[in-house]
Formats: sequence, structure tokens, C-alpha cells
Amino acid sequence: MFDLDQVKKISEKKEEWNQTKVKKVVERFGERKEKFTTSSDIEVKNLYTPAEIADMNYLKDLGFPGEFPFTRGVYPTMHRGRTWTMRQYAGFGTAEESNKRYKYLLEQGQTGLSVAFDLPTQIGYDSDHDLAQGEVGKVGVAIDSLADMEVLFDGIPLDKVSTSMTINAPAAILLCMYMAVAEKQGVSFDKLSGTIQNDILKEYIARGTYIFPPTPSLRIITDIFEFCSKNLPRWNTISISGYHIREAGATAVQEVAFTLGNGIEYVERAIKAGLDVDDFAPRLSFFFNAQMNLLEEVAKFRAARRIWAKLMKERFGAKNPKSMMLRFHTQTAGSALTAQQPMNNIIRVTLQALAAVLGGTQSLHTNSFDEALGLPTEESVRIALRTQQIIAHESGVIDTIDPLGGSYYVEALTNQIEEEVMKYLKKIEEMGGMAKAIEAGFVQNEIQESAYKYQRAVEAQKEIIVGVNQFIVDSEEEIEILKVDPELEVRQIQKLKELKNNRDQAKVDAALKAVREAAQGTDNLIPPIYEAVKVYATLGEICGVLREVFGEYQAALI
Amino acid sequence: MGRKIKVLVAKPGLDGHDRGAKVVARALRDAGMEVVYTGLRQTPEQIVNAAIQEDVDVIGLSCLSGAHNTLFPKIMKLLKEKNADDIMVIAGGIIPPDDHPGLKEIGIAKIFTPGTSTQDIIQFIKENVKT
Repeated sequence: MFDLDQVKKISEKKEEWNQTKVKKVVERFGERKEKFTTSSDIEVKNLYTPAEIADMNYLKDLGFPGEFPFTRGVYPTMHRGRTWTMRQYAGFGTAEESNKRYKYLLEQGQTGLSVAFDLPTQIGYDSDHDLAQGEVGKVGVAIDSLADMEVLFDGIPLDKVSTSMTINAPAAILLCMYMAVAEKQGVSFDKLSGTIQNDILKEYIARGTYIFPPTPSLRIITDIFEFCSKNLPRWNTISISGYHIREAGATAVQEVAFTLGNGIEYVERAIKAGLDVDDFAPRLSFFFNAQMNLLEEVAKFRAARRIWAKLMKERFGAKNPKSMMLRFHTQTAGSALTAQQPMNNIIRVTLQALAAVLGGTQSLHTNSFDEALGLPTEESVRIALRTQQIIAHESGVIDTIDPLGGSYYVEALTNQIEEEVMKYLKKIEEMGGMAKAIEAGFVQNEIQESAYKYQRAVEAQKEIIVGVNQFIVDSEEEIEILKVDPELEVRQIQKLKELKNNRDQAKVDAALKAVREAAQGTDNLIPPIYEAVKVYATLGEICGVLREVFGEYQAALI
Repeated sequence: MGRKIKVLVAKPGLDGHDRGAKVVARALRDAGMEVVYTGLRQTPEQIVNAAIQEDVDVIGLSCLSGAHNTLFPKIMKLLKEKNADDIMVIAGGIIPPDDHPGLKEIGIAKIFTPGTSTQDIIQFIKENVKT
């Protein structure tokens, strides 16, 4: 990328500078730390120069936005064309309450919906199940049947908004409910845009809302890919998620490695099931975390894009450039928020959001400052949304594409992250792929090791968290926290009972039988699930049938 | 002290966020305690039975989903019914300050909120456990 004579001179000059100027000052005053590293334990040098990136080839390694290998962005105009989708993850209580919150957020300028489901819904239980006690409507909205989904999207035109649904094990069922609401609104499937998370592998690794064992789970995912490629051309069929992997304690390198590792597994399964890579790969999307180390995060996003593009082209033989584009949603890091001096979280979220924007994200959720204490209030979620709007409209950072591209440090770090990720991917490959590496507990162990190491670093004050292990105040100001009314569980169960009394039971039985037969055979599961949803079979009933056929996953304890 | 302090680290309910539980389990082990981790999705009955079977001195509950006000009282009630209320129960997770007095009233010895150092947990157990 540079004149090699020049680079040599720079190297020599840098060495001289280090040996004379720097050494003298360090000997006298020391530096703040013995060793400077990123979250991924990559050593940070005191200064970056062209010498650190001398062997880069601009056209090959960076190229231009919208062109392979997409290091500088997936679209030719990026945020100059339009800002990212501002999508606040929201949902709590009943469908009525969540519907109100969505309308509030849309009025405030949010540009896409993002539905949070409660844990019983995520794990395929109806609200009246024993295990659902105390969990109904807590971390998201409770959805038992299409009736709830109709209320959730009441007055929200599904051909105008795009909706992201954080749902994994029962993703097929929620997608079918969404399709049924669209049908009732008179919106054809080809107009539906949005995303289902639908990433089961990371559930086994990091998030814990699995239902079925890996093999049938992966089959459901492949069925969704196939069905959507024919019927919902604008739908993102999966959001391959590093977010939760990072929250569980992974480093930036591990986040990218394990996420792309999962991506490889999905692509391989789909190809094995007979799909052509270019038929489904353009609808794969990704979901990453934005943590505190701003420049490492920017480099991480750039590295992830380049690695995925190369994998798709070179390993899977994709021909369509869209198959090679790593499009991603970002959420700021929940685990970086502190319960101590919670207002400081607004600043943390701003920095993390900035990293996502500088890294070229397609959509963004900013956390609310009170999330280490409870669910966000209307005020805190508005501030979180305003954070995005201020970055977009006041900071000027989106007026040029990939503004940190060409920074000696950011380019060097991007290269190093790529190198470290490739080492992990090679290791996973040698273990027989991601599903095998997860079964062996390898991935979980690597993450736990990082989590523990970080905790020890915090306790030893090697990592400083403002307000937690330094700059502490004696008395904390109390802030208002959103409370979910415990009575809503009772109301939700009552509603479910009424639904079951009023629907056509014979139709439900027949529809569930068809789901069972499809599950036992090899037919695509989506059409029979769609029929079952439309006659108001509940989520718990449909998952119940699938549980009987597929069994349940038992996590190994490590 | 004669024998090792034994701790059951438990995740009641459907919450899958177990980073904290696992980090605490590891820190307690490093501090010389014997630790059993239940894994995810445990019912109050399973937790109490495991605690009695394993003859633990301490139960550490972790919950981030907001279901603590339903699940923790059930666990405390079951411990009492089974005459196992000599087991010390501590809790951690996202538990709003308003809920602390009620949980202490039902006998939870200490609630550790986000940002707690594992050393504080270790010290609390060592100072308060009856072995």
C-alpha cells in the first residue's frame, strides 16, 4: 500500500524514536499499564505507522463500499444514502401494553419494530404452564396464540414497518403468526420485511432458550430458509447472533469466531438439504454486540465483513454478491451497564453506539440506562433512541463512509482480528464443525474462561469500571424503575382459557395432527404450522407436539 | 474449620443468563468451597431437593428475569416445610432495590446486585455460614 523504501525508513525512525525519546520518558515516569491490550488480548502498541500495515493491498483487502470484500461497508452509499434502522428492542406485559409502547416509539421516530417475547413464549410454553409462573410478561410480551399477535400489531401496517422478532426455538410458529396477521391486514407475504432471530446454535452456547436437540432444530431452520426463499423474499430468515455470545463473556475475537462458525454450520446444513447457496444466503443477517473498547469494536465489524465475504465466495462458491454481504444489527452491551451511578450508562451507550455506526451497522438498538436495574421506562428508552438520533443528525460521522478506514491502528487491528478469528475457525473445523465443538463444550469453556478472566481483572483493578471499582460515591440516587403488574399473568391465563373455549377444537386437533405428521416425516414444517396457527392452536400446543416428536435438549453441565 | 463449605448455585425459572452464576461458582471453588451448579430451568422443588440431597450449607440463587418475587418465596417456603431452613440462602441478579426488604423478610440472608465483587460474596459466606 505504501512505498516500501518509505516504510523501511519509517520503521527505522520508529525504532530510533522508541529507543531514544520514548525509553527515556518511560524510564522516568513509567506508563499507566505494564502492557496495553484490547478485550481480545491483542497487544496495543504505543504508535501505529504505515509499517504496521505495509503488506496490505488496498484493492484486495479493503476495496470499495458495496464491493467485495466489503471491508468498508456493504452498500455503495452506506449512511449517506439513509441512516441505519433505529430499532429499540421492546415488549413487556401483555400484547395491549406492548402495542402501546410500539406506537409510542414509532411516534418518536423509531424506524423499525423489535419485539421482545417473554421467556415462556421463547421456550414454547403457554402462560398457564407450571414453568411459566412468575415469568409471564416479564422480559417481553406474552404471546400464546394468534389472538395475542393480532392485538400486538393492531393498527400497525405490516407493509410499512419492518419487524425484528427475537425468537429462536419457536421461530417458525411466531413467523407463521406474523404471516397470519399480515393476511388479515390484506398484506401479501412478498411485502413483509423484517427478521426472525432463529439462531439456535447460540442458544446452546450462551443464551439458554433452546427447546429441541440440535439436529431437529437445524432442520426447522432449513425449512424456514426454504419456505421464505419462495414466499417471503424480503424476510431475513436468520440473524446469526454474536450478541449473546459476547454478553456471556466472550472477547471481540471470540464473538466473531463463534458467530461466523455458527453461520458456516447453517450454510452447510442448508446446502446439504439441497438448497443452492445463492437462493438463501442473501437473506442471512447477523447481530453483533458493541462493547466499550471503541476502536477494537470498529475493527471487529470491519474484520467480520471481510471474513464472511471471503468464506462465502471462496468456500461456498457463492456467485451473487448479496450472498457475500454481511449485513448486521447491533445492540449496545447490556453487560457493560452498571447499576451504580446509572446515568453514566447514557455515556457508555453513546460510545458503543458510535462504534456500531463507525463500523457500518445496518440497524441499531441502544440500551436504556436503567437496564441493570429493571426494564426500561418510557423516559429511559426515549433517551436511548435520542442517542442514535444525535449521532445520526448532529455528529457528522456518517457524512463519509467508513471514516476510520485507513487509520494505521484500525487497519492493523482489523487484520489482527481476522487472523485470530481464522485460527479459531480452523480449530473448530478440526473438531468437526460448530455443532460438534458445542457438543464437546469447547465453545462454552472458551467463553467462560474469558468471563472469569475479565471478572478477576475487574476485581484486581486492572480493568476500571467507573462508579463500580473506582470513582465510587457513597450514596446512590434512586431512580424510577418500570414495574410489570403481577396481575397481568392472571389476566393472560384467563384470556387463554376463553380462547380455548371459543375456538373450533376439531380444526385444532386436525391441524396439530398434520404438524405431527410433518415433523415425523421430511415435509417442510412451515405450511402445517401456518394452518395450525390460523385455527388458533396455541404456541404451547404446537411446541408440545414437536417436543413429543423431537425430544428436548438437555444441557451438559460444565 | 473442619470441612469445606458446600454451596449450591441455582438458576430458578426460565432465565438463561448464567454468566454471573458460573463466574461466582468458579470464584467460590477457587476460594476452597465445594460448589454444585444446578444448570438452567430449575423449579423451586428441584432446587430444594438438590440442596437437601447434597447437604449444602448455602444456596446461591441467580435470577435476572424478574420472576424472583414468585420463585424465591416458593423456595424459602419449601425449605421451611422440609426443615431445611438452616441452609443459608443468598441471591443475585437484577433485583430492584424496592424488592429487597420483602425478600429479606422471608429469610434471604443477602442480595448481591450487579457490580458485586466475588470477594464480597466469599467473605459474606465465610462470615455467616453455620458449619
